[in-house]
Amino acid sequence: MPDVNFIVDGKQLTAPAGTLLIDACKASGIEIPAFCYYPGLSLQAACRMCVVRIEKLPKLQTACTTPVAEGMVIQTETPEIAQARKATLQLLLGNHPLDCPVCDAGGQCELQDMTFKYGAAESFYAEPKNHREEQKWSPVVYFDRPRCILCYRCIRMCGEGMDVFALGIQNRGASSIIAPNIPASESPDALAHVDCEQCGMCIDACPVGALTSGTYRYKTRPWEMNHVATVCTHCGDGCKTTLGVRATTDGTEIMRGDNRDKSGINGDFLCNKGRYAFDFANSEDRLTKPLVRQPDGVLKPVSWEVALDHVGKKLRELRDTRGGRSIGVIGGNRLTNEEAYLLQKFARTVLGTNNIDHHRTADYVTFARALAGKGARAASQRDNQTAPAILLIGGDPSNQNPLTAWNLRTDVRINRARLYVANSGEIKLRRQAKAFVQLAPFGYDAFASYLAGDDAAATGALEGGDATKLTSFRDALRAEQSLVILIGSELRGRALETLIEFGLTLPNTKFALLSDYVNSRGAADMGLLPDMLPGYVPVSAPGTFSEYNAPSAGADLKAPGFDLLETFDAAARGELSALFVVGANPVARYGVDPASLKNTFVVVQEMFLTETAALADVILPASNLYEKSGSVTNSYGDLQQVNKAGDRAGVRSDFEMIVRIADKMGAHIPSLIPFGKGLRADMGQTRGAQSGEADRHAVWLTANNLEPRVSPFDPSAILDEIQRLVPGYDLLRLQLISGNDQHLSPPADLVQIQTAAPRRDLVLPANDTLFTSGTLGRYSPMLNDLQAFESRRSEQLNQTAAD
Amino acid sequence: MSTVATTIFSPELAARFDHLVTIYPLKRSALIPMLLYAQDEIGYVSDAVVHELAARLDLFDLDVRNVLSYYSMLRTAPAGKYNVQVCTNISCMLRGGYEILDHCKATLGISHKGVTRDGLFSLEEVECIGACCWAPAMQVNYDFHDDLTPVKVDQILDEYRRGQGKDVK
Repeated sequence: MPDVNFIVDGKQLTAPAGTLLIDACKASGIEIPAFCYYPGLSLQAACRMCVVRIEKLPKLQTACTTPVAEGMVIQTETPEIAQARKATLQLLLGNHPLDCPVCDAGGQCELQDMTFKYGAAESFYAEPKNHREEQKWSPVVYFDRPRCILCYRCIRMCGEGMDVFALGIQNRGASSIIAPNIPASESPDALAHVDCEQCGMCIDACPVGALTSGTYRYKTRPWEMNHVATVCTHCGDGCKTTLGVRATTDGTEIMRGDNRDKSGINGDFLCNKGRYAFDFANSEDRLTKPLVRQPDGVLKPVSWEVALDHVGKKLRELRDTRGGRSIGVIGGNRLTNEEAYLLQKFARTVLGTNNIDHHRTADYVTFARALAGKGARAASQRDNQTAPAILLIGGDPSNQNPLTAWNLRTDVRINRARLYVANSGEIKLRRQAKAFVQLAPFGYDAFASYLAGDDAAATGALEGGDATKLTSFRDALRAEQSLVILIGSELRGRALETLIEFGLTLPNTKFALLSDYVNSRGAADMGLLPDMLPGYVPVSAPGTFSEYNAPSAGADLKAPGFDLLETFDAAARGELSALFVVGANPVARYGVDPASLKNTFVVVQEMFLTETAALADVILPASNLYEKSGSVTNSYGDLQQVNKAGDRAGVRSDFEMIVRIADKMGAHIPSLIPFGKGLRADMGQTRGAQSGEADRHAVWLTANNLEPRVSPFDPSAILDEIQRLVPGYDLLRLQLISGNDQHLSPPADLVQIQTAAPRRDLVLPANDTLFTSGTLGRYSPMLNDLQAFESRRSEQLNQTAAD
Repeated sequence: MSTVATTIFSPELAARFDHLVTIYPLKRSALIPMLLYAQDEIGYVSDAVVHELAARLDLFDLDVRNVLSYYSMLRTAPAGKYNVQVCTNISCMLRGGYEILDHCKATLGISHKGVTRDGLFSLEEVECIGACCWAPAMQVNYDFHDDLTPVKVDQILDEYRRGQGKDVK
């Protein structure tokens, strides 16, 4: 649109025609107050706070609904306008309870701010206030009717933003109220409730304290907390969540999660897990003392020194007597990149084994291979916000990747993006789709072949449907000039390759593979795989990693190790001497027979006494993602910084524990963690490839203007090494430490290895819903409450259906 | 789904609704007439009515409730067999509308929106019913009574009590 010129408060401004006056002013630093206006949602013009004087117009105009026009002359702060806003506030405050001293919103309330600015402290309304009791709409959403100023933000947020439509406005005039979608008359407890996704976006959008959150209400005040922006530990979308924390007697308690500054990759959005499911960190069930199994079979709390000593000695002894290949290592999906990298380095260089794996929730190895050397073809989460066309194959973002779903909905609503959905289920996002095909339950492979041009595959892709629908679907895709393809974990191996090959025949296509946990992508990127080093470098051709020389003699680290299932098979055969599990629960996830581990020395680093921890010989109490710093990579490859928010006395980070165990094993720590100023150059004392090598890390640090790290417990030391060695992790430090996200593309020059046997498909999708989050979710009281709330509701529905 | 498998309405009304949803450019525009007709047949807008209308118009129940609660002439609880609606708008007020209302309250022993114990009468204070020339006026179900005095009101109510009043639907 062409730019127009206009004058606001004597300042000459320019903005594209069609821009709303309130936005144009905001862009130039002129604040126009508004309660009902919310960027991105439809216009309401309900609150009358944004009134401004526009020359030649007889009355005050609402800036939130007025598009700027050429030659417009506007006043935004005159006595007349202040008086109008004050009058509006007087009306709003007429029945407002003024319980600011106890209200959750006190201190961060838009109504409070405006009253402070325009005054309206004394009321002309002398009648008693019309009080109503607060209502509990769900375990997480509470409604205080008298505080509501009827701005309609929650209604629009729920309907337009979330596509849930759980809130409406009922009655009229002064008796208007916000109403939830289950009226009291249809509720067994005769109280109104919401039947929704419990995302809490209505609470976030509420400018006052009318909607409050079950986890936070009446607990503390905003100014009594420290606010730490970090990355949510749950799904693979990697939303920024700002945790409000407060000191307690045994650490730092997390009080609240929200997206306070809206600066993250998720903008306005946060789902229920990011907002409420931090409470596992405060759980009473957490392990806070190292436990060692005694000869009588009982786990006994011991000091850290004793536990680490025991682990170190035992692992060293088993490595030296039975060989590194008899040891298995399993990492987690919620570790930071630094921890995952360190864990695989520890496994490969200290334990001397390639038997390392993690619970894979998407086939990133194939994804990286298929895109290797194809240029910047990996999509960022941010591409979902602006892409003109998106194809979603498989997955169910509304339940498993809520931010992706939010971005897709917003892109369709605001940019009129064309969304194509192919899924075996009737997922909710089909409501936004331009075209939806329902595939046969296992029709993804056939569908990928069909897209790639194999017309015969149509019968396998559809369950008796007519193939013409598929044809028009494919034709529409082929006509797209710039397509983002989002791929669910249903597509793996050959089918994933086929799909990407098809996508690459279209111009400007970008791809993303959705996974289930915060650092599922990072775990794969960092080489928690038996056949891949970090950056998908095959173990058989280590390349940049050749400086990893296995100290344990005899270990052949050029052959792939055991994957997760083979590890447990080896245990069942009695060939596994030790198993080291860091932040994972494979016993429950893979249904491992506990008896198979009876002759294995099992060390588990864990927060809770999980099924895996219960079988351990040593349990080391670990901190979680909210209690450590580092970096994580979301399923799109967006790298973000994790900051330490909470704290719990007694626990240690996985990073620290691995370093300490390596130390107790007698490993050379400076080669494991590049820290300190000491010279690691080889002055020709050794023979072989490394003889006469400079200290590559020190040279690299100097070249990058970085100081050596002073502590072996500093994850940044490993981040340096990741940046130096891992293909694709060419990151920008400033971008990372300032809390921004940055997109990493898979390495351009990946070594293509022709393996005779295809890789085993070990992807096991977690299939989490909005109210579950793997093993961790079981320890979140709020997620459990929500599950109970939901199941009570569906029980009633079933009962009604039966009646 | 503009037709529903099982309907709670009479076949005639169901057929009327089937037709009604087809005549507007937007299906949901049929909501208000449907609410009124449903109320006339069922007596009030019950939860079952809300469900069926929502299903017929592809709306959420909540959408129906939002519209329903806006209009004071739609009710969500049963009224009496004879719904007495007394006008107190300006013309009626000037000619004694409030006296008529107070008299009804005293005689029937109920107040605004109340229903008598026997379920025979309910009382409502309503806005202008368009009978200003003959104020004060009241409406019993769809039947008009004008030029009222307390005595006349007693006679009218008595007629209805004896089942002799006109019951216009």
